[in-house]
Amino acid sequence: MDIPYTVQPRQDTGLYNAKVGIWLFLASEVMLFGALFSSYILLRVGAAPGYWPHGWLNIPVGTANTVVLITSSITTVMAWASCKMNQFGKFKFYHACTILLALTFVGIKSYEYHDKFTHYSIKLADGKMADGHLVKKSSDFSLEQKTGAIVIHGHEVDLNNKQGEELQKELNKVYDLHSPEGKAAEHEHKELEIPAAQIASMETYGPWHNTYTAIYFTLTGLHALHVIGGAIVIGFLWGPGSKLWKTDPERFTNRIEISGLFWHFVDLVWIFLFPVLYLL
Amino acid sequence: MSDAHSTADFMHHVRRYLLVFVALLIGTIITVWASYIPFHHRAVNIGVALLIASCKAFLVAGFFMHLISERKMIYCIMAFTAFFFVGLMGLTLWAMGDFPFQTVFH
Repeated sequence: MDIPYTVQPRQDTGLYNAKVGIWLFLASEVMLFGALFSSYILLRVGAAPGYWPHGWLNIPVGTANTVVLITSSITTVMAWASCKMNQFGKFKFYHACTILLALTFVGIKSYEYHDKFTHYSIKLADGKMADGHLVKKSSDFSLEQKTGAIVIHGHEVDLNNKQGEELQKELNKVYDLHSPEGKAAEHEHKELEIPAAQIASMETYGPWHNTYTAIYFTLTGLHALHVIGGAIVIGFLWGPGSKLWKTDPERFTNRIEISGLFWHFVDLVWIFLFPVLYLL
Repeated sequence: MSDAHSTADFMHHVRRYLLVFVALLIGTIITVWASYIPFHHRAVNIGVALLIASCKAFLVAGFFMHLISERKMIYCIMAFTAFFFVGLMGLTLWAMGDFPFQTVFH
């Protein structure tokens, strides 16, 4: 059975069916990300004073990923325009670029995630805190048995018996890396060897660390899944799916348009994620 | 297809796409640059960043997704989406009176 209106527009909508379908899907996507963005707003304005992080993400890396995604958007639209102009070779080139850029985006994001999963926040037995990136763990390191030691590249923070402005300045060393205290603390980073016996508890900057990392991983993780999903679809249309060009080029071009609309939406979400998570 | 749209016609669109691409790159640079300007209040930084992001989103949706010249059906779907999206964000902001005692707005 032939699927109706894959090329010819329906009289009532004036569009081929897949186009109505993708826009309805994108509408649901707007509400999905909208709900998460509103959760972000609630978490941020509801955070205790001094505890909402600033400067935890690498701005040049985030900017590079933004440029990568914007570039992938132009290659996507150029791939579609190439189909429209009957230039299949150019389509192949542009969408190969899109796939490579998508992989680059995921690669850079993985690097950023790795940075968070090797960043430790350690509560020490004396009430102080050590914060920094893992250098090494001794082979016999065990928190339960209190054996071995961990080496981090970072700094110590002492929140004990501090109040008001003094407490805020100490918190800034961890939570606001754009503040003078945060910058100074980063400048003074050194290797700290901490025996397991001195550690009360420790965790990485994973989604479990605090509400900021929770919403950061949720938003960027969901977005990255969209990038991966979109790349798989575009990869299919670039590879085995491109056989349709020979038998039904108009239908194929419509498929490129539909996958392109999804890809531009993924770019559009990142346009808001980048300033919200990295810059503000 | 190519019979309906000549290559010359499309070159006009392609030039527009390239201009939008350049505008998006410039927008990204401005976003990063503006975030370093020490405005009096962080809310101003947030407002400026979201304004630039909205302009970039308009360029992507308007030109790459062709929303500036779409059919009524698509506008209808997006109008409903915009209504509920604004409602979702608006109600979140409106409900700020519900925040716990001593919440600091920054």
